[in-house]
Amino acid sequence: MELIVLLKAVPDLTEELEIDAAGTGLATEWLTWVASEWDEYAVEEALQLKESFGATVTCLALDTGSVDELLATCLARGADRVLKVGSFERPPDSHTAARAFAAALGGLSYDLVLTGVQAIDDVDGQVGPLLGAALDLPHVSVVTHIALATDGKSATVNQEYAGGIVGEFEVDLPAILGVQTSREVPRYAPVSRVRQLLKTAEIGHLDAPADGGSGLIVEAMEVPKADHQAEMIGGNADAIAARLVEILRERGLTSGSAR
Amino acid sequence: MSGTILVLVEHRDGVVADATFELLGRARTLASAASVEVEAVLLGSGVDDLVGQLGAADRVVLIDDPALAEFTPSGYHSALVPVVRDRAPLLVLAANTGVGMDVAAGLSMATGLALAAYAIDVTVAGGSPLVTCQLYAGKINARVRFADGRGIVTLVVGTAPAEPGNVAGSPPIERIGVAASDGRIRFRRFIRPEAGDVDITRESILVSVGRGIGERENLELVEELATVLGGVVSSSRPIADAGWLPRTRQVGKSGQRVKPRLYLALGISGAPEHLEGMRGADLIIAVNTDPRAPIYGVANYGAVADVIDVVPALTKQLRG
Repeated sequence: MELIVLLKAVPDLTEELEIDAAGTGLATEWLTWVASEWDEYAVEEALQLKESFGATVTCLALDTGSVDELLATCLARGADRVLKVGSFERPPDSHTAARAFAAALGGLSYDLVLTGVQAIDDVDGQVGPLLGAALDLPHVSVVTHIALATDGKSATVNQEYAGGIVGEFEVDLPAILGVQTSREVPRYAPVSRVRQLLKTAEIGHLDAPADGGSGLIVEAMEVPKADHQAEMIGGNADAIAARLVEILRERGLTSGSAR
Repeated sequence: MSGTILVLVEHRDGVVADATFELLGRARTLASAASVEVEAVLLGSGVDDLVGQLGAADRVVLIDDPALAEFTPSGYHSALVPVVRDRAPLLVLAANTGVGMDVAAGLSMATGLALAAYAIDVTVAGGSPLVTCQLYAGKINARVRFADGRGIVTLVVGTAPAEPGNVAGSPPIERIGVAASDGRIRFRRFIRPEAGDVDITRESILVSVGRGIGERENLELVEELATVLGGVVSSSRPIADAGWLPRTRQVGKSGQRVKPRLYLALGISGAPEHLEGMRGADLIIAVNTDPRAPIYGVANYGAVADVIDVVPALTKQLRG
């Protein structure tokens, strides 16, 4: 069983985002890049499948200039092989990413491709279903559980809907799955091990097209000017609590009277 | 201006989803602005009865086939691609749900129509659509157009009212056969949430916790506060994923949509998926350490503070 995980780097949201001079993209100069959160769930799910079923795990990341640490982290967690895909000055749109991954996958053998269900920057849709259509492979997104059939020819997966309802599907392999969450929290990769792998590990490279675009024209990006903004309460914890008690009293929401 | 707006109908257990009514309501407004018709695309098996719920559409395009009895990504994809190709619509509207996400991106790649995802607003100006999309967990909005003036939009649930699109009627039906079926994905069953836990959609006061509570042990402080307030504890997704609270307590896109009298958001940053589930609450109070957290955009009152400090202080003062 050969598993492939697709990853990309996205801006670290714990830092403030700023718009570039043109007003149509992020100012990337000072950004810190991290693995997309959902891609990390996909890596963990692949490693879980490897451990329970026996498989090789290959991680592919779009080469946006700073993904060596991301891929070394995949190795430290237990991936067998890592490869950079294409060459991009900045993270490409999802259509371009899907075409690049499709080209890269053309030279690899695989039974199952896992990727994050979404990323925080995919304005033109999610890579998983775009890739599924590009390769004419079955695709399921919002996946929360994966079980492989003993013959390795199909997988049973859960897809999540609103209200906590889950649909269970049987999917012929090879297939592409957009992972919503992993069965365990993504495992810890010791920093010392990642550092060591950054020096010693072999990170391969696959050529891929970087053109094509999404067919979308971004006219403007902006930090949303909320038409509504909360009235902020200042002071220390006791002062905040005192004001909140006032607000709740005014509305008759104290002493369980709302029930 | 010729053309049409196609609306993908989502339904389960014989009921059309509210998300679909939100799309239909929006489609009506857009159709007036662009002088086009609204066509609801309904896929299923033996679903003629649902047409009566789709009175907001000018026409229902019905693809009825035993293979479409339940949603499968491959089944819907192969049935929809020829419809979208034939009609060359101005817009295809789908909800930004599991179903919508599965279908919209695949349709975009297969038909060459561009896709604008995570949309919170769509208008038509000069005959061509203008879409506002929510990116970076709600921290940035992008205003986009389609290069060739037509495209697919997935709309975030809860960003338009359902009422205008929830109209009974008997729109004309156009029946279309399934050109080629794709059985590579087979529906097995629905797994429904276990009954037994409290139903957070019926509670008046929700004390809701997110990543910001830090440690599992801190849940005790939050439980105490909920008890004093006469409410129950709910959560954002990471808390349920970590197993700290049952899935039945999860608020948001894949959890419950709640409308309590009070929603106390503790250590919840307010990702779009969470806001989708709680923005309808009467009173929202948010406590978070990040002054830029999107939760303050929907909250009535906010405080930039550590919930671990505020929660015990609030409990103590409420006890008097």
